[in-house]
Amino acid sequence: MTSPNGAHDGAVTGRAANAMRVTVVGAGVAGLTCAHAFAQRGAQVTVIERRSGSGQGCSWYAGGMLAPWCERESAEPLIAELGLESLDYWRREVPDVPNEGSLVLAQPRDLPDLRRFSRRTEGYEWVDGARIAALEPDLEGRFDQGLFFPTEAHLEPRKALAALTRRLTDEFGIDMRFEADGSDGAGDEADLVVDCRGLAARDQLADLRGVKGEMLVLYSTEIALKRPVRMLHPRIPVYIVPRGDGHFMIGATSIENDERGRVTGRSMLELLGSVYALHPAFGEAEIVEIGADVRPAFPDNLPRLRRRGKTIYVNGLYRHGFLAAPALARRAAELAFDGTRFPEVMDEDPREW
Amino acid sequence: MDALTPNAAGLADAVEFYGTRVTSRLLLGTAQYPSPAILSEAIRASGAEIVTVSLRRESGAAKAGQSFWQIIRDLGVKVLPNTAGCKTVKEAVTTAEMARDLFDTPWVKLEVIGEDDTLQPDVFGLVEAARILSRDGFQVFPYTTDDLVVAEKLIAAGCEVLMPWGAPIGSGRGLNNPYGLRSLRAHFPRVPLVVDAGIGLPSHAAAAMEMGYDAVLLNTAVAKAGDPVRMARAFARAIEAGREAVIADPMEVRDMAAPSTPVMGRGVFGE
Repeated sequence: MTSPNGAHDGAVTGRAANAMRVTVVGAGVAGLTCAHAFAQRGAQVTVIERRSGSGQGCSWYAGGMLAPWCERESAEPLIAELGLESLDYWRREVPDVPNEGSLVLAQPRDLPDLRRFSRRTEGYEWVDGARIAALEPDLEGRFDQGLFFPTEAHLEPRKALAALTRRLTDEFGIDMRFEADGSDGAGDEADLVVDCRGLAARDQLADLRGVKGEMLVLYSTEIALKRPVRMLHPRIPVYIVPRGDGHFMIGATSIENDERGRVTGRSMLELLGSVYALHPAFGEAEIVEIGADVRPAFPDNLPRLRRRGKTIYVNGLYRHGFLAAPALARRAAELAFDGTRFPEVMDEDPREW
Repeated sequence: MDALTPNAAGLADAVEFYGTRVTSRLLLGTAQYPSPAILSEAIRASGAEIVTVSLRRESGAAKAGQSFWQIIRDLGVKVLPNTAGCKTVKEAVTTAEMARDLFDTPWVKLEVIGEDDTLQPDVFGLVEAARILSRDGFQVFPYTTDDLVVAEKLIAAGCEVLMPWGAPIGSGRGLNNPYGLRSLRAHFPRVPLVVDAGIGLPSHAAAAMEMGYDAVLLNTAVAKAGDPVRMARAFARAIEAGREAVIADPMEVRDMAAPSTPVMGRGVFGE
């Protein structure tokens, strides 16, 4: 095993001959951020991905909200901790991460949900109708109360991962092999395999399960939003993330089900009904895309690093792919290079390695 | 804390649903928990022996929800599949049939929702679906209102358990109509009665038990609590307290004060 070469000097030309050879399996948000973290430490990284390009699994359908405080309402404190680190990563490493914060709203009859939300988290300020209108002029007169999380951000997952992929190839000379499943022996000569296959890794990680999420993309020029808006509802919470150029991503259902691809009418009815309640302009919007995928989750819905033999598994990112991946990737690299243990995300003792 | 307190006949205090005896009088829903791990822990902390599982949303193509159901099965509790969210008789019957195949049980918690804002049962559809399912060999736990006549018709349709609401699902309002619930209890002294839905606090559940209800079914109050595991335990204790109180035969309420220490003749025994 080689020692680290230090950050950023592992570029195409200057790589040490004895660099750690790492094969990352999977080019979603977990795989790409791991490839980045290992390359920064001087590893010679190969990424293999069974699809034809990067970011085409769960990451393709992600909301891209970088909202550690909003997630804190329903997730363990660990997610907020990983999220804050990841938020810095995305702001630093990819372009176009608007720092507009996020807004949480509820219809007057669902105010108890808003109060409950506020009790479970921090990093927000209560905003009244006038303030909501100042933040989002198109929502003027529609809501009396809300929570504004000024330090949160969002990104466009597909653009962000495309930008990251370009950096990995151009700046770090990482070999990206698409439509490859590893049967060409790419992992054989590697010193280390970083398995970021998501739910496909269930063949090795028996406690992984799938949680289905459905989303849609709308196009409308009649309404503009600067930041993600979450609408609370006892049964059908929904979020809407502005993607620029009149596009809005609406998500996402969360169904205990590992069936890929199928989108139900009921789910679309619920998502569309909720955004229509946010603003009637969405009723006239064009449906650009609908989609669904299955997020990998462990029973506590928290992500894990597991090391077995020469493989490190990075998995169980659940609804928190973009929020957790960079922080996990850094930990995976430090585990490999420095032997650092991260008990908060490691439930198996890696010292047997 | 002793759920096995013997009753007058010297038997453990148990309630029987369609011939199945359980000692825990708390039935828990399994939706809306922060994670399956917390769900499992909450169920263990509650001591519940029966949990309801919603089929409709989790089903999709057959068996697509297996990993979640496996987590439930691993708890070793009895599963009461429900038809949550069904709005028509046909939907409810189809969902019940799917549940029987998946969970291998004739039990079904029958919900036929009639109104979106209150999630009030469509009692007409409910009675019809209960009749169809009972005839087909199902053991139906109908989620109903506190209406006495509807209850009669559900019994006639073949139901041997009734589950009147405390308040609308997820509202946490407690027992909206104590009079109605009391009348129902008095009218059906031998039918197992379960207050289902609307419970927000352990005191609501204790009140239902003190009225002589056989059990309480709830979900949101535990799942959406800040600490679901602790809240599950709180409910278990409240329900045991309410049940103990009924067995202990509470005092009568009276208008005039009745001092617990005799006023006249004080000191008689002391001299």
